[in-house]
Amino acid sequence: MANLYTFEGVSVVRNGAIILEDVTASIRDRGITAIVGPSGSGKTTLLRLCNRLEIPATGAVRFRGADISAMDPLELRRRAGMVFQRPTLFAGTVRDNLLVARPGANDVELRHALERVELGPSFLDRTGDDLSGGEAQRACVARTLIAQPEVMLFDEASSSLDAAPKARLEETARHIGAEGMAVLWVTHDLAQAERLAQDLLVLLEGRVEFSGPASDVRDANGKVREFLDAG
Amino acid sequence: MPGDVSYLGLALSLVLVAVAVGLSLAQRLGLEGSLLWSATRALVQLLVIGFGLGLIIDPETPLFWSWLWIVVMVIVAADTVGRRAPEAPGIRGIAIAAFAAAAVVTLGVLFGFGIFPLEARALVPLAGMMIGNSMTATVLVARRIVEELRDKRLEVEARLALAQPSLDAARPYLRSSIRTALIPRIEATKAVGIISLPGAMTGLILAGVDPIEAVRVQVAVMYLILGATTITTAVVAFGIVRRLFTSDHRLVELARPVT
Repeated sequence: MANLYTFEGVSVVRNGAIILEDVTASIRDRGITAIVGPSGSGKTTLLRLCNRLEIPATGAVRFRGADISAMDPLELRRRAGMVFQRPTLFAGTVRDNLLVARPGANDVELRHALERVELGPSFLDRTGDDLSGGEAQRACVARTLIAQPEVMLFDEASSSLDAAPKARLEETARHIGAEGMAVLWVTHDLAQAERLAQDLLVLLEGRVEFSGPASDVRDANGKVREFLDAG
Repeated sequence: MPGDVSYLGLALSLVLVAVAVGLSLAQRLGLEGSLLWSATRALVQLLVIGFGLGLIIDPETPLFWSWLWIVVMVIVAADTVGRRAPEAPGIRGIAIAAFAAAAVVTLGVLFGFGIFPLEARALVPLAGMMIGNSMTATVLVARRIVEELRDKRLEVEARLALAQPSLDAARPYLRSSIRTALIPRIEATKAVGIISLPGAMTGLILAGVDPIEAVRVQVAVMYLILGATTITTAVVAFGIVRRLFTSDHRLVELARPVT
């Protein structure tokens, strides 16, 4: 089976600063893979390369074997849905939001999308202002899911949430993974990455320092060891 | 004519500037220099323009010179917009396109339908009114669209991530920017005659023209301004949006202006 994503010598430079340096790694096409690292390590940038919200200065990113620089970016984004760090509900009701992602969706489909993130149908007519942070974030997940992507990209999606809504969002991600959809989960929280993901990719100062099964990360040495000990 | 102002009359009207300067001195506003400078500058500028216009609108002068005058006005206006909205990328070129588009449409209607005779006496002042009055809204929309897309970056990127093309992702912010820029002009059009008498009409009445005739001219001028403002703001807003996104639907980095 082809990898979900392959990064081949990828570097990203922003305003003269190196954000990612010669990243070569691959992500398996199943389960949950967590991209872990401290703040500023380049993990969000790595995720944003996956739906081409950013492009590399050098190197190539492949999605299921295809170089994404040769793909239609809108097609890629239809296939790779993203949830952001903070809830990004648009003006209007949750229904309006879901319809942005999938124009013409009927009530059954809208309710089903909410069910997948454990929100009841009454949420359809509520606006973003009426929702708690956790509910708004799950509504954003529903909005991404209703577009029927093949992979879900979560960018520190639980970092603005308290413990209980954070746990519910993790549960949602687990369900999505269990349904067979590949999930990329970016987090600075190593403990969360370990309880959620089967595979880990540890980024430190823009470089991949570990890539493999989550169960092996505790055996790592060097910089990864220091990161583990700090966490 | 009742509206004739002699050079003596012009000199006597300086009494009003003296009153303003006196008030500034009495209240220690520190604006005496600015008041005198602005009054002098306005006088000199308008005398120069009046002299130039005199040459241009002479019936013996070919219409080519009027069109050239308009081209210069468009370039100067676009440069002014560029200086007032430096954060908008490529704004000078976009503003030239916007003013040119507005000129083609509005002057095309006014002269194509024979509302005004196509002669320099009508062409140059109408083009001046059109460009001068749509400049504020043009600056406003340029600044506003950059600000909106910068401040709502997260929302815009969430829309892009949902596979919306860049123009669709920008549309809600584009719409609100154009509305914000147009509303003052719409309000001014609504309030005209109640709160203030517009300049062109006042000038005509002072020059002895029948008020109803002056109103007809003024209304046509207002419609010209309304149409031109809408066209320039729309062209500028869409033009800037095109510059703020890459061809692969990514929002470019937008720095905050230095304050």
